[in-house]
Amino acid sequence: MKPKAYDRSIDPASRAMLRKAENEGIETAWDRYEKQLPQCSFGQLGICCRNCNMGPCRIDPFGEGADKGICGATADIIVARNLLRMIAAGAAAHSDHARDAVLTFKKMTGGEAGSYSIKDEVKLKALAAEYGIPVEERSKEEIAAELADALVVEFGKQEGPIQFTRRAPVERVKLWTKVGIDPRGVDREIVECMHRTHIGVDNDPVHILLHGLRTSLSDGWGGSMIATDVQDVLFGTPTPIKSTVNLGVLAEDKVNLVIHGHESILSEMILEASEDPEILKLAKEKGAKGINITGMCCTGNETLMRHGIPTAGNFLQQELAVITGAVEAMVVDVQCIMPALGTLTSCYHTKFISTSPKADFPGTVRMEFHEETAYEIAKEIVRTAVENYPNRNPARVNIPDEKQECMVGFSAEAILAALGGTPAPLIDAITGGAVKGIGAVVGCNNVKVKHNYGHVNLVKELIKNNVLVVTTGCNAIACAEAGLLVPEAAAMAGDGLKGVCEALGIPPVLHMGSCVDISRILLLASAVAKTLGVDISDLPVAGAAPEWMSEKAVSIGVYVVASGVYTVLGTVPPVLGSSEVTKLLTEGLDKVVGATFAVETDPFKAANLMLKHIEGKRRDLGLKP
Amino acid sequence: MKEVLIRPELCMGCRSCEIACAVEHSESKNLFAAVMEKPTPQKRIYVEYVPEYNAAIPMTCRHCEDAPCTTVCPTKALKQDEITRVVTHSTDLCIGCWTCSMVCNYGVIGRQKEARVAVKCNLCPDREIPACVEACPTNALVFLEVKKLSGVKRTEAALKLARGMQGKAL
Ligand code: SF4
Ligand code: SF4
Ligand code: SF4
Ligand code: SF4
Repeated sequence: MKPKAYDRSIDPASRAMLRKAENEGIETAWDRYEKQLPQCSFGQLGICCRNCNMGPCRIDPFGEGADKGICGATADIIVARNLLRMIAAGAAAHSDHARDAVLTFKKMTGGEAGSYSIKDEVKLKALAAEYGIPVEERSKEEIAAELADALVVEFGKQEGPIQFTRRAPVERVKLWTKVGIDPRGVDREIVECMHRTHIGVDNDPVHILLHGLRTSLSDGWGGSMIATDVQDVLFGTPTPIKSTVNLGVLAEDKVNLVIHGHESILSEMILEASEDPEILKLAKEKGAKGINITGMCCTGNETLMRHGIPTAGNFLQQELAVITGAVEAMVVDVQCIMPALGTLTSCYHTKFISTSPKADFPGTVRMEFHEETAYEIAKEIVRTAVENYPNRNPARVNIPDEKQECMVGFSAEAILAALGGTPAPLIDAITGGAVKGIGAVVGCNNVKVKHNYGHVNLVKELIKNNVLVVTTGCNAIACAEAGLLVPEAAAMAGDGLKGVCEALGIPPVLHMGSCVDISRILLLASAVAKTLGVDISDLPVAGAAPEWMSEKAVSIGVYVVASGVYTVLGTVPPVLGSSEVTKLLTEGLDKVVGATFAVETDPFKAANLMLKHIEGKRRDLGLKP
Repeated sequence: MKEVLIRPELCMGCRSCEIACAVEHSESKNLFAAVMEKPTPQKRIYVEYVPEYNAAIPMTCRHCEDAPCTTVCPTKALKQDEITRVVTHSTDLCIGCWTCSMVCNYGVIGRQKEARVAVKCNLCPDREIPACVEACPTNALVFLEVKKLSGVKRTEAALKLARGMQGKAL
């Protein structure tokens, strides 16, 4: 019999840890998934409603039983409402992260968050200019203070428009206004989602979905984009840098800290604290050769992009890192952290440290993080890890050999700089046909897909067909692990793309950051569209989320489509219980925003759908095929 | 022979069994495709609500000894296997007279509207474990020999009795 690990991941390092888990009798997400099978069909189709206490109500998808909820809600209404709630949750997660970044920024300008400073003054001034804040003959602190106030206000802005939406091409903004989805502040949009989906409020699927588009736009061009930009000002805008990824980055002879979650506010300070001479000395005393900080999930992406800190893995590798037996501390903040880590870490010497005032998990050591005393807390966290080093049981340590080089740090600014300051060379390559188009491939892992299989195969297929790929999130880490983020990977690309990559010395797959950084992709697409004088929906661009699972991904998918990018989903969203909503998402939206969703679980077929779309757009623009 | 046996005290009334049954008897055998199919896939198990006891009880074909539905069927569309006792139905022979539903004590012979023929549990011949049993999240449905289930129940009952005795001794 084939070992289970074979069917669970394409990554050799992950397979090795899955086998170790099996031998040690340790349960992972895959085992828990198997116990869930078969999964509830009502849930998969999105046709159960718990929005009031007359319910729960569920609709018989085969038309024999109930065709309405107690209040009269049909499958169409229930599916649309459930989808809107998913968007609201996803937008909330992103924009709450953004709010915290802005509040830290504001505290810094007021001198209350002394450990932080302004790292990118150029970006600070550029942002200030967008808000009409004078920059001439003013200190950066003065500018920052005014900018911080302006940004805080954006979240709760009752009337539109919000500033960053104006970065989109004028045609796009006009379309949003015409359709009535030009968003207001993200807080207001999210609250309205919850209001509309309360029993007896909004019961027209189209009307509900339009608000979904508006809410997601307030996330993409508001919340998420604010997070990216403020973090760039505070921590620096990424520029190309080399690093390594995969579980093999954990060190045999050093104190290993895995920083997992999403917010740079914490991870930046931990990086600094890990270089503290006092802590380094302590590490030596405890018998370690040093301190090894590695990232996981989007925290991994943030520290990888800005500092070249090695990343231990993506979403489905969080448990596997602990299973190496070599992790002294798993330090987490918010989002995509499995509560299973509590039980799991207790099977090893690993300390599970939770830091966010918003998030806790069973079995954690709580070390709550506050901006005012950021450095001190970070130092305490690193110290806890160091002191735990002697508890490591060498007999249970098994770190996989696999670690892969990668080149990362392609912020929109860095890409434009690599092109010589304007998108013109990229556009020439696209119009000339060397590069057929751009594929934006993003998103989580999902146990329903063999780990990294969807990501890697879809991306390989695209570059083979001369589509330049930009990536963020767990897809970016999957690509890095598969060796697609090095300039040499150009050899796997079609001749046209290969030539362009070799001329510029860049990989065929460009790492643009964490999930909130999909805003960077929007900006890149806008820059290309503006130079060509067209709308984003006219570009030979397509998106994909081959292994998505989170509500954040739903919000992302919707704002990407609402921004004009055709997007292929690799796992089935819970909407198929409503033919109306399904039709709207896969066909109807085209008339509204010039783009639609498609669902295709086979990554090769998904790549083909994207290629077809890109070819179609090339034809419409009069470019040669 | 193994049968779908019901442990009603465990049923949560989630209707997962009903959906799994309909999907199993669809063209595609895939939930997402099945919801779009015509004719509409149909279930052969029914979760009945009993208000007096606030209970949900799954009802399905018992594949009775000398099944009355098979003896009354004028066209022999319903047949019973002499050895396994499984009662199967042939849509080709069925004339839609509903004599079978009249005599079924459990009311588990349904009607396929589009095709106007009877539908009933066929114990999922293509599967090792019937779809409804596999889908049930609480094991309210089990696929066992009656003898085996009785054995399990006896053990459980014995345990309860033993516990009671222990209470007395203290
Ligand atoms: S809102 Fe309507 S459909 Fe939802 S639980 Fe209440 S009555 Fe049922
Ligand atoms: S309805 Fe069909 S199966 Fe039932 S008795 Fe009539 S012919 Fe036989
Ligand atoms: S055994 Fe098969 S046919 Fe019979 S009720 Fe269960 S799922 Fe339906
Ligand atoms: S699946 Fe099981 S628990 Fe759910 S209704 Fe059917 S028998 Fe009851």
